[in-house]
Amino acid sequence: MRKYIPKDSVQKKAYYTDRFHVVPSTPREDVSTDEVFAKQLEALSAKVEVLKAEIQLGAMVVEINHQDNFKALEILKEECGYAMLTEMSAVDYLAKDGNFEVFYQMLNLKEVKRMRLVMRIEQGLAVESVVPLYKSANFAEREMFDMFGIVSNNHPFMKRILMPDDWEGHPLLKTYPLQGDEFASWYEVDKIFGKDAREAIGPENRDQSKIERYDTKRFSRVGYEVPFGADISEGETETPIEYSKTFLVDYQKADGVKPAETRK
Amino acid sequence: MAQHQVNYASTGGLPIALTTVDHLVNWGRSNSLWPLTYGLACCAIEMMASGASRYDFDRMGTIFRASPRQSDVMILAGTLSKKHSEFARRLYDQMTEPKWVISMGSCANTGGMFNTYATVQGVDRIIPVDIYLPGCAPRPETLQYAMMMLQKKIRRESANMKNNTKQNLRLI
Amino acid sequence: MQQPNKLSPFFENLNFERDDNTMVINFGPQHPSAHGQLRLVLELDGEQVVKAYPDIGYLHRGIEKMAENMTYNEFLPTTDRLDYIASTSNNYAYALAVEKLLGIEAPRRAQVIRTMLLELNRIISHLFFVATHALDVGAMSVFLYAFREREFAMDLMEDYCGARLTHSAVRIGGVPLDIPSDWMINVRKFCDTVDYELEHTYNALLEANRIWKMRLEDVGVISPENALSWGCTGPMLRGSGIPYDIRKEEPYELYSELNFDIPVADTNDSYGRYRLYMAEMKESTKLLRQLILKYDGTEPQLMAHAPQYISAPKEEIMTQNYALMQHFVLVTQGMRPPKGEVYVPTESPKGELGFYIKSEGEPYAYRLKCRAPSFFHTGLLQEILVGTYIADVVTIIGSTNIVFGEVDR
Repeated sequence: MRKYIPKDSVQKKAYYTDRFHVVPSTPREDVSTDEVFAKQLEALSAKVEVLKAEIQLGAMVVEINHQDNFKALEILKEECGYAMLTEMSAVDYLAKDGNFEVFYQMLNLKEVKRMRLVMRIEQGLAVESVVPLYKSANFAEREMFDMFGIVSNNHPFMKRILMPDDWEGHPLLKTYPLQGDEFASWYEVDKIFGKDAREAIGPENRDQSKIERYDTKRFSRVGYEVPFGADISEGETETPIEYSKTFLVDYQKADGVKPAETRK
Repeated sequence: MAQHQVNYASTGGLPIALTTVDHLVNWGRSNSLWPLTYGLACCAIEMMASGASRYDFDRMGTIFRASPRQSDVMILAGTLSKKHSEFARRLYDQMTEPKWVISMGSCANTGGMFNTYATVQGVDRIIPVDIYLPGCAPRPETLQYAMMMLQKKIRRESANMKNNTKQNLRLI
Repeated sequence: MQQPNKLSPFFENLNFERDDNTMVINFGPQHPSAHGQLRLVLELDGEQVVKAYPDIGYLHRGIEKMAENMTYNEFLPTTDRLDYIASTSNNYAYALAVEKLLGIEAPRRAQVIRTMLLELNRIISHLFFVATHALDVGAMSVFLYAFREREFAMDLMEDYCGARLTHSAVRIGGVPLDIPSDWMINVRKFCDTVDYELEHTYNALLEANRIWKMRLEDVGVISPENALSWGCTGPMLRGSGIPYDIRKEEPYELYSELNFDIPVADTNDSYGRYRLYMAEMKESTKLLRQLILKYDGTEPQLMAHAPQYISAPKEEIMTQNYALMQHFVLVTQGMRPPKGEVYVPTESPKGELGFYIKSEGEPYAYRLKCRAPSFFHTGLLQEILVGTYIADVVTIIGSTNIVFGEVDR
């Protein structure tokens, strides 16, 4: 049987975790410790259901339902004075509970306060676009769609922004590998030369420690120049790099631990 | 007379005259290489710095031209993303012969530190390159050295484009 | 002898027979004045722009995804390549965000050095702005003069950290290197040079220049409401009359102790922004002079003392065993910050640069989002380019000071 590789998140994971390590949390305070925030939270919770509110590292974080995002932002803009939407994006928690966490980072210039509006949304649902309130959401929502696949309803131009228009896949999902899937690795070859050129050009070299010792077409060894394309291998075949493997020694078997000479 | 057609362009003609023509043509070509402004990312800033006051590029006879039809060298400076690769290839095709390519910086050589989904791992996957220039970002003096190496390369190649091995190199 | 490929001639973008007689042109990703890789699809009615659609993403390198696969310290050199003109500002914004998440503070000497590097990077970036803006508008000799000053500044950066462009001069917790012995003298000389040149070269050539004024006045007018709505920050916001500077309002590093003014322009146009950049450069030299005096008397500690997150200084690593062990673990496994999220805004030369970091206690960030000022300024282009002439398009793009490493990340 092959080793089980969990596919819900193909990002790099820590290779060692201490069994007894308890992860601490950043200091959180209650909203009532700051009067400005407390007043704003009151104004907000009067009209919108607030699931959670706290002050984390100087900024108020308020969690709401995803259906209320337009209303909540309207209240924040008109009544609480948050004139600028500085940032907006999503976090992929699909592996944990099947939701995305969308956040809006706001700035109040008069009272110099920053707050974050957070909401959870399931995969497949769309958020209401806030472009009528803050025009900076125009590009930010497009980027959210491009990277995560979360559509914003009633957006003036919901198209991919950072990736090419015919790209398949949403890159920032945890299931998307960093180096790109099959579609990504052949994208430029298919676009320019067509699918038939794939063998001629060859796959991408994603190995950062690859060395080609006998390549005289792309490397000129200064001081030891040879004609273009000459063979300098002197009959040696290029041996691929052998990465060290750890050998599992089975101590349970009768002759499990072999002496050093017979081990390969 | 018509019987005496000496083909000066081939090596079967007068060899001494052809060598001088080679030298002359290559001297002209190498000493006035006009680059295509193809700055993509950080290396573009170093390319600009190499063309600016301290490291003057003009002393090599280079004038940065924006149009591919008027340029000889394409200096690909910076990361080529997959979205842009089509346009890079298009511009390379629009350049007139003879043309050379310098790949500047690690991102253009091999994809550099961006071993990700959206970066072309080396510009030579789509465009044949003459000189590779390492660095992140390479100093302006490195770029000028690369230009000088390219000049040396041009001078030792044959002036006749049909005999020129690099121009005959098919990518696929 | 063209090599065979699938690309066909691309004439679809040039269309003369539309119903309303407008012409669509492609201000393509390769353009000498496009400041990087901006593709603007402009619909023109004669010479006036009717619709502008900025197409970005030609420099998208997947930096945010890289952050999810690298430890916090490993990711620092990647942040260099965001706003590659003033690299230390990005490094610093990232380091500050992580430091806030960890709850540590850099020691005094590191703070002095970091603030000096930030102001030096501000001057470098503004000089680059003047150079490219003038080059686009047509004053090509200013490009050469500005790059001359810029080379002095890059020499200073090279003396300090070894690199001219992509510095990585700041670490999480402080700075890795102390300044060389004659650096302060060179900084003072540089400040004198910049002050002199600002007055005698740039302002002499450009400020009262009739052609410059004609090309820049009333071009690219951004009303304050528009600026706020589009998320403009930094010089774009102050160029529209709103006096908000993060260094004054939400001070970080040593800015609360320093004495400087915030220039604000009230004409809302490109000429006001140009004068704002010049005034900011003058303020930066003022700041640098004050910082030179603050260096003496600081204790020679360069990195914060937080053994759980930050390695010890090199002398201790080389001699003490536990320091070596902790350093090994921090480098191979990576440090594990507490669970939580943080957003820290800093005033980069282009605007408000902030990093949103969400950590789940793993050595790799769970989500890193870089709030780049140029991203929102590019969005703004869709609105302010409408109604301008095509010659003004170039001026406006130059005036917004966008850099594509940030826009596309």
